[in-house]
Amino acid sequence: MSDVYEALVKIVGKDYASNHHEERYFYGRDPGLMTPHEADCVVMPKTTEEVQEIVKLANKEKVPIVPKGAGLALTGLVIPLKGGIVIDMKRMDRILEVNEGARYVVVEGGVTHGALRDYLNKHHPNLRNSLPESPPITTIAANVVIHGQGRLTNQYGFNSDMVNGLEVVLPTGEVCKIGSCSVGPYWFSKGPPLPDLSGLFLGWLGTTGILTKVGLKLYPKKKIKDLEVLVTDKEDLIPDIIFKITHTEMVEDLAIWAQERPLMFRGNYHINIFLTADSEDELEMKRKMVYDSVQEYVDSKDAGFMTINLDMRRDFMDNPQKSMTAFADVRRGGGFEYAGPIIPMELYPECARKVAELAIKHRVVYGGSGRVIHGGHCMMFSFAYTFNRADLDEMGRARKALHEAAEFVADKGGVLWKPNIDEQKIMMERMDPNTLKLMTDIKKLLDPNGIMNPGNWEAK
Amino acid sequence: MQQQDYVSQIHRCFRCGYCKFPTDYSSFNCPPYKRFRFDTYSTGGRLWLIYGWLKGEIEWSERLAEVLYTCTTCKNCTEQCPMRFAPDIVDWIVGARSDMVEKGRIPPRVAHFFESVYGYGNPLKLLRSDRAAWANGTKMYASGDEYLLYVGCLGSYDENGQKMARSLVDMLNAAGVSFGILGSDEECCGNEIYMLGEMGLFQNLVEKNNQKFKELGVKKIVAICPHGYNAMKNRYPALGASFEVYHYTQLLADLVKGKKLKPFQSKAKVTYQDPCFLGRYNNIYDEPRQILQSIPGVELMEMEKNRIDAFCCGGGSGNFIMDLLAGGEESPARVRIREAYATGADTLAVACPSCLTMFTDAVKSEDLEDKLAVKDISQIVKESLTAKKK
Ligand SMILES: Cc1cc2nc3c(=O)[nH]c(=O)nc-3n(C[C@H](O)[C@H](O)[C@H](O)COP(=O)(O)OP(=O)(O)OC[C@H]3O[C@@H](n4cnc5c(N)ncnc54)[C@H](O)[C@@H]3O)c2cc1C
Ligand code: SF4
Ligand code: SF4
Repeated sequence: MSDVYEALVKIVGKDYASNHHEERYFYGRDPGLMTPHEADCVVMPKTTEEVQEIVKLANKEKVPIVPKGAGLALTGLVIPLKGGIVIDMKRMDRILEVNEGARYVVVEGGVTHGALRDYLNKHHPNLRNSLPESPPITTIAANVVIHGQGRLTNQYGFNSDMVNGLEVVLPTGEVCKIGSCSVGPYWFSKGPPLPDLSGLFLGWLGTTGILTKVGLKLYPKKKIKDLEVLVTDKEDLIPDIIFKITHTEMVEDLAIWAQERPLMFRGNYHINIFLTADSEDELEMKRKMVYDSVQEYVDSKDAGFMTINLDMRRDFMDNPQKSMTAFADVRRGGGFEYAGPIIPMELYPECARKVAELAIKHRVVYGGSGRVIHGGHCMMFSFAYTFNRADLDEMGRARKALHEAAEFVADKGGVLWKPNIDEQKIMMERMDPNTLKLMTDIKKLLDPNGIMNPGNWEAK
Repeated sequence: MQQQDYVSQIHRCFRCGYCKFPTDYSSFNCPPYKRFRFDTYSTGGRLWLIYGWLKGEIEWSERLAEVLYTCTTCKNCTEQCPMRFAPDIVDWIVGARSDMVEKGRIPPRVAHFFESVYGYGNPLKLLRSDRAAWANGTKMYASGDEYLLYVGCLGSYDENGQKMARSLVDMLNAAGVSFGILGSDEECCGNEIYMLGEMGLFQNLVEKNNQKFKELGVKKIVAICPHGYNAMKNRYPALGASFEVYHYTQLLADLVKGKKLKPFQSKAKVTYQDPCFLGRYNNIYDEPRQILQSIPGVELMEMEKNRIDAFCCGGGSGNFIMDLLAGGEESPARVRIREAYATGADTLAVACPSCLTMFTDAVKSEDLEDKLAVKDISQIVKESLTAKKK
């Protein structure tokens, strides 16, 4: 490995490659519950050409490579399961282009959500992207690679649906453009009307290529934002309530949350309804339509709108929502992980009961939250459990709770999102054999030496 | 002292990275992370490595110690971390350092820093007898003086710091303030020694200083350096101190407000660097700005990251001497000089001798010497008074 390290130094310079134990240790783990495995080297390229050189080197030496953003998917996807080189992408941090008229941005593969948020606020205040609630250090490329969701997901789908083109370094080292940018200077489409090749990279967890550029759709940023919180203690009503609210097509984001701490929240299901508008009249009209849509549940006293204090409002309106991260330390333990399956809305009540049931069974604290995707076609439901990083027993219990949650949802027909390697197995076991064969063939074709984030999406 | 608490708490860091940023997420604001870019050099990286070290998963190495000591204790992380333990982060880092000190496992440059303070009373390893060489007849403190002017190590020995001390002395004299200095009797304040984790030496220094202040009947201290101000304000009382302490910008702001100092017309576009130990540590943001704004003709132009979001010069925790973050375009001082220059200002005002030293070097490396002057606030005030006389 010292040869590989020397070669990496030649590619990126000695300041940006390391084979020190400190980096090998740190980059060998993430904040979640998957077993760590140390990297052999860590490297931080600045350009696509450097990424290419690293990939070529890895092929020559048959060394695994793992692209990494912030490592906050939490499910061990950046742990180098078979050692090798971790590529920290965050030095590829340039925002290359904003096309105001066509509403898109082109960013390099390590640009963080925080940086893009700030850039748009300062330079294009009438545009926004679909920001997730993950910490600002998380990267846009990684988020679309795992099919993330954000504040605009209810309106426009998965964040990966908002991709407008890619530049990818293939596992064999060639640079490949995907979408309209492959035939001209514009980044307005990731596929149509061409064959949509972005599917070869999105959802593959870094096993089929390294995204060095991402074109991303931007959307109008309305002048006014507001929030209503509808509360019910009857989880069985949630699918219908969501159906009725989404029918209005008036809502930006819809997030449902239930948690046992602090006690005032226990036993209730809260639907955060985010409204945006360019005028007070527009806002009032939208609010009224939302009120009307759920009036029958308010009249029957099965649901009601909650008054929210200023602190809560500030927290909910902030994006990313810092309290989601602070959940890790609600019990002073510094850890949480969530299984976040994508489910049809009708499975919400069962999942809502299951997340609490597993918490009792495994003696861990839970948070169960969901985000409605694309007007209610499906939702992400998060089975989140906290753990104390200094308590191995509790970590084991949280791991079991997550695993049981994953099996439960898979049995019900849900699809596991950003699955860890065990959850990938759960998915592959249930997958149509021809689908699995197609995936395996594609992967082999793209990555003949099996160097890309090995261990992930491996059929056997 | 409760540094050892870190052992039972440090696992609580989620390595979420909020602490890498300022409030608007515009750029990286943890100086060593900005400089080195490996996650190991960020707050979370440091805390996880310390935890790994405590668990025996990672061996001590000189590099591990360096990662730990490149933290400038700037406190950006405590402002940004969303967890309830945020206020304790720097204490955890200091706690781990104190363990490393006890085990004798510190980088050579840190050891050298301690030896110099121990042997010479200052980290520059310069003679005690030369401590007042800058003073040029400045009056020694005598009982009855209102203030003891605590000059500090950089003010006493460093070329830039000395200029700062001289202009401050001139300003205090011009305003008729009753004060004196300790001259060669002055001893290091110990702030950096504390931050670097040498708790025994810190205690010695505080006891010696407290003793001296008591003997002389000192009731009020005005410190040139925010580091000394911080130690005296926040650490000395627990070890028996009973005096009031001010940073010089607080005193100058009062003198300007009370018309004891009347700055004359000046023409400058000035931007201001909030020193960590004045701003984030002690919430003093307004007084330095009030002084600058009191000078007719001075236009104050804020850098994008200011007040709680100010980017540290990289000199904290003894790095103004040890310079573990030095070198290259991404060294914090050079980054900050570029940010200062981008405001369109022609002068970067500082209120800390460590910032002054770091930026005076950085402005040269950036080749901006002719375009951006780096000056301490008292120098700027002095120039405006001198302009009046001409
Ligand atoms: C508190 C909290 C809240 C969250 N909320 C949300 C949310 O609202 N919505 C959401 O979608 N997610 C959320 N997440 C999950 C996750 O943090 C985000 O999806 C995030 O964007 C992942 O980015 P990352 O840089 O951390 O990815 P990483 O964990 O670094 O990487 C994820 C995957 O992408 C691959 N990868 C990374 N970079 C590249 C590249 N350039 N090319 C190819 N492959 C690459 C990696 O190999 C890995 O397989 C949340 C997480 C936390 C901790
Ligand atoms: S110190 Fe706080 S903000 Fe920084 S990584 Fe740890 S938990 Fe996150
Ligand atoms: S105190 Fe400053 S340098 Fe140290 S870890 Fe925190 S942000 Fe980084």
